[in-house]
Amino acid sequence: MRWPKRSIACALSSPDATGDTGPAMFDDLRDLYQETILDHGRHPRHAHRLEAFDATARGDNPMCGDRVQVWVKRGPGDTISDVGFEARGCAICVASADLMAETLPGRTVAEFGDLFDAFRGMVTTGKRPADGAREEDMERLEPLSGVHEFPSRVKCATLAWHAAAAALAGSGEASSE
Amino acid sequence: MNELSRPAVLDVARIREDFPILTQRVHGKKLVFLDSAASAQKPRAVIDAMREAMETQYANVHRGLHWMSERTTAAYEATRDAVARLIGAASREEIVFTRNSTEAINLVAHSYGRGVLRPGQAVLISGMEHHSNLVPWQMLRDAHGIELRVAPVTDAGELDMPAFEALLADGGVGLVAITHMSNVLGTVTPAARIAALAHAHGAKVLFDGSQAVVHRRIDVQALDADFYAFTGHKLYGPTGIGVLWGRRALLEAMPPFLGGGDMISSVTYERSTWAAVPHKFEAGTPAILEAIGLAAAIRYVEAIGYDAIAAHEAALTDHALGRLAQVEGVHVLGRAQDRGGVVSFTLDGAHAHDVATLLDRQGIAVRAGHHCAEPLMRRFGLDSTARASFGIYTTHAEIDALAEALDRVRAFFA
Repeated sequence: MRWPKRSIACALSSPDATGDTGPAMFDDLRDLYQETILDHGRHPRHAHRLEAFDATARGDNPMCGDRVQVWVKRGPGDTISDVGFEARGCAICVASADLMAETLPGRTVAEFGDLFDAFRGMVTTGKRPADGAREEDMERLEPLSGVHEFPSRVKCATLAWHAAAAALAGSGEASSE
Repeated sequence: MNELSRPAVLDVARIREDFPILTQRVHGKKLVFLDSAASAQKPRAVIDAMREAMETQYANVHRGLHWMSERTTAAYEATRDAVARLIGAASREEIVFTRNSTEAINLVAHSYGRGVLRPGQAVLISGMEHHSNLVPWQMLRDAHGIELRVAPVTDAGELDMPAFEALLADGGVGLVAITHMSNVLGTVTPAARIAALAHAHGAKVLFDGSQAVVHRRIDVQALDADFYAFTGHKLYGPTGIGVLWGRRALLEAMPPFLGGGDMISSVTYERSTWAAVPHKFEAGTPAILEAIGLAAAIRYVEAIGYDAIAAHEAALTDHALGRLAQVEGVHVLGRAQDRGGVVSFTLDGAHAHDVATLLDRQGIAVRAGHHCAEPLMRRFGLDSTARASFGIYTTHAEIDALAEALDRVRAFFA
């Protein structure tokens, strides 16, 4: 599949972002749009197709048109060695995909399953589960916890994860529905 | 309802008093509801009509030999007269009640598509259809061997008329099915010209009037249409009630859509015979209260008058296009000459969902996404837009609020 150049551009903006906190009106939105989210939404580090990969899957959110393709390269044993993605979606969708791609290398497929469960719990309830996933991984994903206050945006945050799960399960497509 | 006496200029302040919901606050902010194209808010007259029917006269229709049923049947059937008058139908029997526009179009795709169109014939739609006027024809194509043709949309967001005519040229098109007003671009299509061209090439024509009927007077006979579909909930009425108008001869030639009670003349195990139109197409207990609500909505709209409504919305749309043009980074999709109160736009540096969330926090309700028109989005190289849409209660100040809020959204993501 070919992705137009502007695929990521829809979620980001000028490179000279100041990090200004913006008008007070949006103070309560800082839970959702934390600096980490805005940064990864604007400048995703892993937003590229992997040259060599073992699995890939596409995620679609049919309700809003968000779309993400995730590529996974497997490492020794049951591990994941690299993750890349291309997304056409909002800042939450892109940031979540990027943080996921940053977190997964070195983890086993089983650990991915536990992490996905814990992550899904966090973005729907706001609470980090006591066990099931590594503390350092949940720490990295913590900036997305504010999503739970915006039920209509939970699927934005989980779309790339559904795609990664589908890729690892050998299925080419996933839906966040 | 207030005594609204067809003012030349619509009295928005007075109209707003008729819509109880408009005094609600959202996230501590005054509600600015700019999502009427998805579904409009309801005036007190509609709310009261439905409540009163439930409190004073409710029973099933067409079957009870008692006072309540007779009263309710009369009210339900009176809605048919109101709709016939609203759209200039030749007779009340040409009005079929459905759940919504989608069901109305599916009814035509099923009954006219399979009953009258022949495999090998084509259905011609446009590149700016809502999925409701696209998917039923795809299903007909796949099940019945109908060819599906799509007339392109110009960069300005208008129907490409030369291309449209060229697609009719071989005489293979049996039915043209086109929106009367785009729910994304706001474009009003040249319906009378479309109908004339369709007929000249031997095709019948259906219009999806879901958006159009809200904004201007529809006269199906003046348009020379063959079918016209619309839904009640965008016209300030309740959900669950829609309308299919069809020329009587066409409806009579079509087999039923759904089978069941109310649509039959007689039933034996060997065979059943069908009721006359429109009842042939209305199987089962209909949306009785919703029909009563729709009649109240139609009375409400007619009391204001389409001239005043159209003038108000034209002024709002002009104001919106002017104000949005001043907001840095905003790009409006489409620039049709003839357009209604629907404005889709993108904002540089922010995805439409993020825009919608930030606007919502300022009390402003817009829609964001593909607006059930994915192929049209792709035509313009987009996945999603934000969309502001206007109704009779929308004010110029609300559009100013949108423009100012978009400036803040831009600053947030800058």
